[in-house]
Amino acid sequence: MASAIEVRGLTKRYGSLYAVDHIGFSVEAGTVYAFLGPNGAGKTTTTEILEGLRRCTEGDVRVLGLDPWKQGYALHQRIGVIPQDFRFFDKITPVEGILYYGSLFGTHPDPEVLLGRVDLQDKANSRFDTLSGGQKQKLGLALALTNNPEVCFLDEPTTGLDPQARRSIWEVIRTLKREGRTVFLTTHYLEEAELLADQVGIIHHGKIIASGTPEEIIRAHGRAQRLVFTAPPALADHLRATLDVVAETHDGRVEVSLSSPRDAARILSAVDASGIPWEGFVTRSDTLEDVFVRLVGPMDEGALKPGVPA
Amino acid sequence: MKASRIGADLKIVVRSYLRNPVALFFSLIFPIILIALFGLIFAGGSGGAVSLAVENLDHNSPASVAYLAALNNTSLVQVTIVDYSVPSFSAQLGDNGYSVGLIIPAGFQADLTNRTPVNLTLFTNPENAAAAGQAEGAVTGVASYFNLRAVCEGGSCAPVIQVPPPKNIGSQIYTYIDYLIPGLIGFSILTSPMFSMVDIASSYRKEGIFRELSLTPLTKSEWLLSRISWYVLLTFVTAGIMIGAGAGLFGAHVQITLGLIPFLVVGPFLFVSLGMLAGTVAKTPESAALIGNIITFPMMFLSGTFFAVSLFPPGLQLVAHVLPLYYVIDGMDQVMLFSNTTRALTDVGVVAILAVIIFALAVRFFQWRDVA
Repeated sequence: MASAIEVRGLTKRYGSLYAVDHIGFSVEAGTVYAFLGPNGAGKTTTTEILEGLRRCTEGDVRVLGLDPWKQGYALHQRIGVIPQDFRFFDKITPVEGILYYGSLFGTHPDPEVLLGRVDLQDKANSRFDTLSGGQKQKLGLALALTNNPEVCFLDEPTTGLDPQARRSIWEVIRTLKREGRTVFLTTHYLEEAELLADQVGIIHHGKIIASGTPEEIIRAHGRAQRLVFTAPPALADHLRATLDVVAETHDGRVEVSLSSPRDAARILSAVDASGIPWEGFVTRSDTLEDVFVRLVGPMDEGALKPGVPA
Repeated sequence: MKASRIGADLKIVVRSYLRNPVALFFSLIFPIILIALFGLIFAGGSGGAVSLAVENLDHNSPASVAYLAALNNTSLVQVTIVDYSVPSFSAQLGDNGYSVGLIIPAGFQADLTNRTPVNLTLFTNPENAAAAGQAEGAVTGVASYFNLRAVCEGGSCAPVIQVPPPKNIGSQIYTYIDYLIPGLIGFSILTSPMFSMVDIASSYRKEGIFRELSLTPLTKSEWLLSRISWYVLLTFVTAGIMIGAGAGLFGAHVQITLGLIPFLVVGPFLFVSLGMLAGTVAKTPESAALIGNIITFPMMFLSGTFFAVSLFPPGLQLVAHVLPLYYVIDGMDQVMLFSNTTRALTDVGVVAILAVIIFALAVRFFQWRDVA
């Protein structure tokens, strides 16, 4: 399948500080690519370079085969962008905004259809300054679709939205993919990436530290599947001594790693035979969020120095 | 460049504007307030004696001395004897800062004695309507007193001392309100786009609206032309309101000719571009407002908006001549008051050249995208 986005050796430097440091990845046409990273890791800088809004220091970037900075005007006819915290003219309604964008692009969108796609029909004639944060983001999404884009860049489109609004944006993203469009999604929400993305890239301190499908990333960077018992620490000691397994204790729980699913029966028999009282167990696998936290730490870490766009 | 995109953007601008009551107020009501305010201030009376420059060509004859003493006694004027050449009397009054002047002709004493009608020639400056009215009242009042006392004694009450309508300093024939209208139209051409564009340039950048527009096919030139189109429309409406209010409230009479149109087009063209350029230079909305004020306020007061530049000290007159608004207002004075097409063409030429240069600079330096 052809690549919609190709990035090689992309670097953005502010003085001696690297906001993005020689990164590379590609996004296949018709797929959803989730670009993850903590605040200040270089997500927005990278996204803006791909959109042609910011110039890179070095590297080769192609979106739909075009150089976003040098061929931005041509590229912008073929992509749709929702920036973080979408802003528009305060006194203009969604219908007027769609007709305006339609006139600029020379397309003839039906405002009712576009607003229906983002579930904003009931606010069709409300002025922008009266819309809620979620409704503003939905209008941004509708406007980004007025030119029937081949690639959609969504920069944290669901940040700050309530669960219902978030799910409605997710549904739009799924529809975009079904229609064969490429979606480049920047997000803070690991659950969002896991649910929607075909491919994920994790950026940290300006470098890509993990990439692949969510399953591949979990497999490569996550811990093994585990049995988690509600039991005293003595159970962990017993299992380590008798079965030569990795067993850890956390807050009244004992976690035992499985090297293969067949280990489960052997471990359960040993637990039963130990005579140590236990109340129950569950099986647990790492999620993308577990892997993310392990790789980059909590979301608010890893920021660049203040004042530097990232 | 596509007219359809300029039209689409213009539609958004007009809608935004019409839905903003504060902006509407300032655009439509503010001009009327300005005309009313300045008209009332400068058409009304004022306290204190007016300095009246008098050229006494009757060489201190008893009758002329008595007439001037009577004028002084009214407390409305303070007589100052001057010795100017008669042909350039009006010009010299202006040069020496007098708003009113009077020539007592040679033979005043003899004509009074012989009961031969004699004309006093009064000069006033319409831009100082209060002083003009005060001096005219004093000169005609004392003339009437002399006529009654000196002339009716012989049984004939035909006035001997006559005061024809005053001549205007600089040989012009208009009132202050007539001068005020082109000045205030110029004021509006300057302030409305300058304050607005400086604010838009910085706030749209801060809010990311320029970035969003940069992702559409709309170009910087098209966007700026759409704004210029809007302010040209607004200027036509504002000029109409000001001319109407001036005529309705104060009986102003200015010529409304096709020659006015170029100024109502190139004026906003220039100041929308200048506002955009100033806003582009500023890094924050606060510094944008400061830069806007630094450019706008001196121009507002030194370009002949409220008072003729000829009344300024020579140094300030030089400053005025480097301010673009001076040429807008002077040009409108020429077409609305003096029918001086040649000078108006020069003025509109200067403004048009400046407008094109500043438009090009604004488009060049104003960035949709972040080049850092």
